[in-house]
Amino acid sequence: MSKPVIKFCLNGRWIEETAVTSDMTVLRYLRTQQILAGTKEGCGSGDCGACSVLLGERIADDTANESSEGQWHYQAINGCITFIAQLDGKSLITVDALATKGSAKDKEGDQLHPAQQAMVDYHGSQCGFCTPGIVMSLAALHENQRINKNSEPADHHQIIDALSGNLCRCTGYRPIIEAAENMNNYHNNSVDVGQVGIWQPAMNHDASADTKSGLIHTASKIDIESQSWSPKTEDELKVLLAQHPQARMVAGATDIALEVTQMNRRIPQLIAINDIASLKTIVIEDESIMIGAGVTYSQMEATLNEHFPEFGQLLHRFASRQVRNNGTMGGNVANASPIGDTPPVLLALGACIELASAEGSRWLALHDFFLDYKKTQQKPGEYLRMIRIPRLQANQVLKVYKISKRLEDDISAVLAAFKFTLEGKVGAQTVTAVTSGFGGMAGIPKAAMHLEQTLLNQQVSMAAFEQAAQVLEQDFNPMSDVRATSAYRMQVAQNLIQKCAFELSNPNAVTRIESLDKSELSLSEVNAEVANHA
Amino acid sequence: MRKLIDTHHSKNPEQALKNEQRTRPGKVKSKGQTGQSMKHDSAEKHVTGKAVYVDDMPEYPNQLHIAVGGSAYAHAKIKSIDLTSVRETLGVVDVITVHDVPGHVDIGPVFSGDPVLVEELCEYVGQPIFAVAANTMEIAKAAVAKASIEYDVLEPTLNVEKALADKFFVRPTHQHVRGDSAKALAAAPHRIQGQQHVNGQEHFYLEGQVCSVLPTEDGGMTVYSSTQHPTEVQKLVAEVLDISINKVKVEIRRMGGGFGGKETQAAPLACIAAIVANKTGRPVKYRMSRTDDMVMTGKRHPFFNRYDVGFDDQGIMLGSDIMVAGNCGNSPDLSDAIVDRAMFHSDNAYYLNNATVTGHRCKTHTISNTAYRGFGGPQGVILAELMMDDIARHLGEDPLTIRKRNLYGIKHDHIRTAAGEVDPRNQTHYGQTVEQKVLPELIEELEQTSNYWQRREEIKQFNANSPFLKKGLSLTPVKFGISFTVQFLNQAGALVHIYTDGSIHLNHGGTEMGQGLFVKVAQVVAEEFQVDLDTIQVSATNTEKVPNTSPTAASSGTDLNGMAARDACLRIKAGMLTFAAEHYGAAEENIYFDDNHLVVIKDSDKESASEEKLRIPFADFVQQAYMGRVPLSSTGFYKTPKIHYDRETGKGRPFYYYANGASVSEVLVDTLTGESRLVRTDILHDVGRSLNPAIDKGQIEGAFIQGMGWLTTEELKWNDQGRLLSNGPATYKIPAVGDTPFEFNVNLLEDRPNREETIYRSKAVGEPPFMLGISVWSAIRDAVASLADYNYSAPMDTPATPEEILKSVHNTKDFMRNKNAIAKGQKV
Repeated sequence: MSKPVIKFCLNGRWIEETAVTSDMTVLRYLRTQQILAGTKEGCGSGDCGACSVLLGERIADDTANESSEGQWHYQAINGCITFIAQLDGKSLITVDALATKGSAKDKEGDQLHPAQQAMVDYHGSQCGFCTPGIVMSLAALHENQRINKNSEPADHHQIIDALSGNLCRCTGYRPIIEAAENMNNYHNNSVDVGQVGIWQPAMNHDASADTKSGLIHTASKIDIESQSWSPKTEDELKVLLAQHPQARMVAGATDIALEVTQMNRRIPQLIAINDIASLKTIVIEDESIMIGAGVTYSQMEATLNEHFPEFGQLLHRFASRQVRNNGTMGGNVANASPIGDTPPVLLALGACIELASAEGSRWLALHDFFLDYKKTQQKPGEYLRMIRIPRLQANQVLKVYKISKRLEDDISAVLAAFKFTLEGKVGAQTVTAVTSGFGGMAGIPKAAMHLEQTLLNQQVSMAAFEQAAQVLEQDFNPMSDVRATSAYRMQVAQNLIQKCAFELSNPNAVTRIESLDKSELSLSEVNAEVANHA
Repeated sequence: MRKLIDTHHSKNPEQALKNEQRTRPGKVKSKGQTGQSMKHDSAEKHVTGKAVYVDDMPEYPNQLHIAVGGSAYAHAKIKSIDLTSVRETLGVVDVITVHDVPGHVDIGPVFSGDPVLVEELCEYVGQPIFAVAANTMEIAKAAVAKASIEYDVLEPTLNVEKALADKFFVRPTHQHVRGDSAKALAAAPHRIQGQQHVNGQEHFYLEGQVCSVLPTEDGGMTVYSSTQHPTEVQKLVAEVLDISINKVKVEIRRMGGGFGGKETQAAPLACIAAIVANKTGRPVKYRMSRTDDMVMTGKRHPFFNRYDVGFDDQGIMLGSDIMVAGNCGNSPDLSDAIVDRAMFHSDNAYYLNNATVTGHRCKTHTISNTAYRGFGGPQGVILAELMMDDIARHLGEDPLTIRKRNLYGIKHDHIRTAAGEVDPRNQTHYGQTVEQKVLPELIEELEQTSNYWQRREEIKQFNANSPFLKKGLSLTPVKFGISFTVQFLNQAGALVHIYTDGSIHLNHGGTEMGQGLFVKVAQVVAEEFQVDLDTIQVSATNTEKVPNTSPTAASSGTDLNGMAARDACLRIKAGMLTFAAEHYGAAEENIYFDDNHLVVIKDSDKESASEEKLRIPFADFVQQAYMGRVPLSSTGFYKTPKIHYDRETGKGRPFYYYANGASVSEVLVDTLTGESRLVRTDILHDVGRSLNPAIDKGQIEGAFIQGMGWLTTEELKWNDQGRLLSNGPATYKIPAVGDTPFEFNVNLLEDRPNREETIYRSKAVGEPPFMLGISVWSAIRDAVASLADYNYSAPMDTPATPEEILKSVHNTKDFMRNKNAIAKGQKV
């Protein structure tokens, strides 16, 4: 048995933790155990970003090119919904360590990181409470630009994306965006002597030796039942699950952590699966794309953008950058949220999933996985291993719509996804096959079977689709809640089907307010063309 | 000779202004004096995480943490309370109920109605009943859940319209009456009515409510509270503990945002923590979780507004009957003044003519609503803007044209007074004259710089060609009255020390919540002594340094504290100058401060026109003054002149002056889904002569986005039991970075010093720009109105969520269907 310890690097210093409870969050740990008060708690639910910290992973030797081999690569995450168990073997940087210490003797002030100096110079802070989190998100953007040898300043889209998980109530964001645009004009202190050790710490060989068995066990001072593990292989995971079927599995923990921080529940036994390499693979096959359950949203962005552009587009509105850096599609599916955002799309795409355990593994269609509100086919001892998504054929189109009060980082009132197989030229197409998935319309993510039947063999036109949309009332009887009323959900879902017809007939028209870009401010011409066409 | 306030009391203010202008420009300023865009004094501490907020202060090993148990029902009587298992929880040190309060139980800020802990009658879900003190916050929270409380559940009033019908009020109704609105309405060529529900708003300061208290050896309490009103916290803590005020010290270095939410709402935490600290003798911290904060602290008042307006063919208002009904929640708190302000601003920038404005203070069994940036003003202003849009659609005119015709101070040849003269149309319905005419010119400038009319044409074209995405455009102004409408609050104190090395210490009663108050007041002191800004150190707001302070609210922070600090400087300077005159043998008028020096012009040989100028470094001179036994420390004081208001008649001059601004917003609306997006905003805002343009601009932009959030994405939702459903950032959506407009042009109105003698002729900036966000809501209505060729104005409550917008779209489409049917002679 290995030593009961979690090892990680905090601001350049390796730390062994033996006495933290299994459900200790990074934020609470920093503020109460390390007395590092720079990282703030704004909401405790991963929605405001005030607790953003940088989590570094070493780029594995086999995937690295020569220059990046063994380099640490950092991403912003929310400290309030990340457990200490997920840090094993990783490097954590907090706002407290971002500036280079000035020398007191030479009366030098601290040398601020470009993200910090730009925020000061462009008046990016007012009350200052969200500022440490904003600085960390900007630092991540800056460092990643640098690692990618991109000396160009980040563009507007990248900046908005990097800050999508950071709420500021004072500034209205304009000066923060301006700071981001100008970060590159400052000297980067992370390459300075003294800072390199923080950003690129030497591997702690004791740590890797200790964690080799993959079983990390921590005992708490208060509660001796508290245990957490960070297995490194699926075999270890299977053993653990067989021994502790009641243990909770987390990959990104972006949802389960809320049980601790919002509902004040305890998670006495926790298995962090975010370090199992075999669950973090993406394989592109001829017929389908295989996405490991541990692949984060950030890691799958490029693949989705390439193969399912509207799915990729959805990710920009799906949670925040921090959540996408930790959260996984596997977690989204296994959690069976009725809204979910990715399950409806996966339903429309006809995805299958693989469930594995010590007993072996089985495949099933996602359709059959969801049973009832938060209930699935997953049995104790099983874990979600892989998601297989059939690739789109040349005559197939995926349409994805998300309706929410706020464009970014908001849970959908309605999510609608359709995969159409079409015949004929644009303007005179017929639906030869259609599959759908809806979120927010029922207790589980669900396909609209009546709608699918009605749309089959229809001509693509707004009138025909509007007519067909009426049957949606046979498929769903949505609920009223804090996000929307039942009537609105139904109405907007029906309208989206109309919109779908318009988009299929006018593939080049600008039809989404969220995809509106600075360059598309003047839409007159595009739409004039569309109007003529229609 | 020593002057209190060094200003020229000329009979003609415009002349006095010109005199000042002549003497001021062209002078080289030292680093950081007024008018320069100095960075926030804490900027470097913010970005490095070194800025200390209350929750960041080191904890004592024996510190206790609080969690509070609240009412499960909106309206209920407590039958019995059993806290045995709460007390027995491992790690719980003490549990208190109302019976543990040594002194006052009611901590209502102005009127009673806010018990610190409930004894019997619960009037909102979450109302505090007991508090648990434990070794950690987690233990305290877990223990709270173990309480067993039996209730007699009573019928709650949750609907403002029902409260209105039942005359269920927290305070009496108030009215402003000018002329005969009924007669004017009856005689008007056009007359329309409308109504709107304006929803509330959660402050969502990023730093939640928090305090930390420490019992003192004198039986008193040291309180660190994230509060905008330290003096009130001090007084209430003294009252609940039944000790004198001088035994309680309250200190606050900075808040992580306030927005009005920490004016009265911080006090209950401090009182509960102090009661526990007093009972246990241990330090206590009480930090609310975000959910508790959203459920247990007050918000912006929702309002139900109605208008009945009569106007001529040009859309000029002849008479109006206006009702604003604030949903105050369960207690008065500050609601009297908030509904007053809604009434004062229900004209916004427009001459109402014959008007009856009625303000109701409705009671509901929800959390007591409280101060929030604008303090009722926005809820009044939006009604005026609703009227303008509705009048415009009724007449088929562009709303901007109607707005301009109704502005204060715009004369119309055909509108005459009884004496036959052209009516100046410059007096508000409560009798205050709008003296400084800013808006007509400001709007004209903005109209041009934003290209309003050209874009109006482009948008019409776009909408004609776009099948379901529609654009909208709107320009809305704001005229906002500056002063606390409660007269006695318009006072402030400051304390300035100069130490023997020439460094200056500044303290005042204002609190820093991000608005840049500390740096602005420091700039004033730098200006007075003509020294660099870094000479000045500002310290935490502390009730032991400056007593009996008003809350930092009503946008008044800089106006009041800047003047008080200046007064302190002038008092010190007076002593210094007397000393210098004696010491250097020069006339006082020949001695002045300049560029970190004292300059002495020695009595010259006038014929030769040569003068001997002595330049003594500031620190050296301070040293000399100290040796010369000159007092180098002084308090300062200020009270706002000219203001008065008579509640009996509903007339007076409640405001020292008005701040003005206007914004033009362009939106894109998806009429199939109801989603909307802000594309571009242009703002021109009047801050008088800016003390710090960067800070002022920051206030304007932040306020605009916050105002936009109030009217678009931020939706407070309660269930039919009075439980708040939108109780966290997952369900309550404040604007995110992607909600900002692609193009955001914000400018300060230039060369428009305040007509009144405010601190260096600047104007308050905290609240007024909040109302610029109304242009977004109005632009969304404009986009929807395009579906009816701009001849119909569908109702749209706020916030304009996708659902509300789609409702408005369908309403408009129904109108068009009916209209077309009628045109075709069909029966509808």
